[in-house]
Amino acid sequence: MASAPRSSGIKHASTAFAPWEDPDAKPLIQFKNVTKKFGDFTAIDDLTIDIYQREFFALLGPSGCGKTTLMRMLAGFENPTRGQILLGGQDIVAVPPNKRPVNMMFQSYALFPHLSVWDNIAFGLRRDKLDQDKIEERVAEMLRLTRLEQFAKRKPHQISGGQRQRVALARSLAKAPKLLLLDEPLGALDKKLRNETQFELMDIQEKTGTTFVIVTHDQEEAMTVASRVAVMDHGKMIQVDTPAGIYEAPNSVYVADFIGDVNIVEGNATVQGDRVHISFAEGADPIITAFDQPISDGQRVSYAIRPEKISVDREPLADRANHVRGKIEDIGYLGDVSTYHVRLPSGGLISALMTNSRRLARRDFTWDDEVWLSWTDTAGVLLTK
Amino acid sequence: MRRLILIAVPYLWLVALFLIPFLIVLKISLSDVALARPPYFPQLDLAEGWAGIKAFLSELDFENFVFLSTDDLYWKAYLSSLQIAVVSTLLTLLVAYPIAYAMARAADEWRPTLLMLVILPFWTSFLIRVYSWMGILSTEGVLNRFLMWTGIISEPLILLNTKIAVYIGIVYTYLPFMILPIYSALEKLDESLLEAAEDLGCSRLQAFWLITFPLSRNGIVAGCFLVFIPAIGEFVIPSLLGGSGTLMIGKVLWEEFFSNRDWPVASAVAIILLLILIIPIILFQRNEQKAREAGR
Repeated sequence: MASAPRSSGIKHASTAFAPWEDPDAKPLIQFKNVTKKFGDFTAIDDLTIDIYQREFFALLGPSGCGKTTLMRMLAGFENPTRGQILLGGQDIVAVPPNKRPVNMMFQSYALFPHLSVWDNIAFGLRRDKLDQDKIEERVAEMLRLTRLEQFAKRKPHQISGGQRQRVALARSLAKAPKLLLLDEPLGALDKKLRNETQFELMDIQEKTGTTFVIVTHDQEEAMTVASRVAVMDHGKMIQVDTPAGIYEAPNSVYVADFIGDVNIVEGNATVQGDRVHISFAEGADPIITAFDQPISDGQRVSYAIRPEKISVDREPLADRANHVRGKIEDIGYLGDVSTYHVRLPSGGLISALMTNSRRLARRDFTWDDEVWLSWTDTAGVLLTK
Repeated sequence: MRRLILIAVPYLWLVALFLIPFLIVLKISLSDVALARPPYFPQLDLAEGWAGIKAFLSELDFENFVFLSTDDLYWKAYLSSLQIAVVSTLLTLLVAYPIAYAMARAADEWRPTLLMLVILPFWTSFLIRVYSWMGILSTEGVLNRFLMWTGIISEPLILLNTKIAVYIGIVYTYLPFMILPIYSALEKLDESLLEAAEDLGCSRLQAFWLITFPLSRNGIVAGCFLVFIPAIGEFVIPSLLGGSGTLMIGKVLWEEFFSNRDWPVASAVAIILLLILIIPIILFQRNEQKAREAGR
């Protein structure tokens, strides 16, 4: 259930690759009302989703949200309690893992410790009873793709974590699966290596044209690599959208809060023409915002606004619809940007992000300064759940 | 200095409990049998000084070893021991592997209990357990009576005093030594390796042969040596269950010592047995070393 384009004018990324918006596109994977229970525990709750060919689809959520179960059902290690899983139109529920055109890269990599890198990569090809020449050719190709040529003869315990990760990737790609599943593929790498590898993954995905489904709890990772992100909680998909859509147009407080930093303000709505006024505190001006869902007067709503959408100034900016006065309580200096925590007279705390376009010594504001926060009426999102 | 003492302690034990007894046995094996107490000659007399030592050394010879090679009883006994040890090691492996596998696959909360059950037989005297096998395997024994009662056989099977009884005895006695190392190798096996193998196109059976079995190899090798090494010199089991027809070097050794009172020949038999065992022991050590080095 991708949310409709918002009136606030966020057009989804580029329209170059968006098969989910094309009603004629045939999905590669379809979950139809899938429920999975482990005893009393419902891991997946009546879930329906289409995933398209060549997508880089990220399943994002806290641990226990069902994302791993969903992936293991795709691999064939778990069977749904109810519902259908289709791959290219065929129901695959009854197909055992070794007969599915699906490969998985395991979180622990699951490299065979008694086999060399070369043999690990060739493992799946050998099971297909390919000719030795074909196998050698394919393994060489995979080694080249993952830049592992000089490690071919080593055993897994003789190479580094990053190299092991690439072996695992090469092994799962070797059989040219229709669908590659990646279970927290970068979890074991340090941050710098992780960033590099994310781009490598995208590069490889583009080169091979494989459909990738990645499970992660790292929202930054999901945002970076994915064509679409599904935010999951308690076995349900809360929102499925492009990274930009998820970030700019969350459909619930849960999603807004899960992805990135956000200020959530609760208040009572009053509709005035094409704008909603949210009164959030006694004596404070209401927040004015655009909206794209039916709102009734007096309804309790949440308003989500990202810190970087708020400008911090000495005077209210005249061209913005919303202005709030407050006192700087804290400044988080991150080098390129600073986060200002501003205390409102009503007691609420708003964080605003400003780029440090000037050197630190020439910074305009300091602790306890009285400042004005300004933002436009389309910068935030009105949420009813 | 303290470190030196610490390291010296186990070596002192080895010298006192292995090297010195070994040298004594080696010396006896080079001596001649004598009707005396102790029943061999020469004795070292340090009172005569250097000349005494010289005279003592000149009396030592390899006569007993030459004798062992001329009488084919000994060769047959060694070969028969080897054969019995090899066969019973393989049988033990066949019985132990499924047990170890099932234990490693059992639910976590069951494993300590299962482990306990494997070790439990050690709480009863080894001799009593072997004797009870006599009761089970004899012609009027429990097994025969049961089989005849079910009607599977009409004549009692002759099991006791055959090699089969020896195999049963060795497999039964040494089973825990095989199960434990294999279990510990299988227990460490990461479940996701098997899932990965299946994911890459293996059937369950293929995954077993390509992943589980090779990864439990160190446990198998360790278990085999732990069974093979004591089985080859086994004395109690062949003499109680194997009867007079089963030739094993442990029995020959016992007879030389206690029936013939020919200590020098018995010592020579023991020395040869040790030499035969040194090869598998060295191989075992190398396997352990390799396992440690490959340890992840």
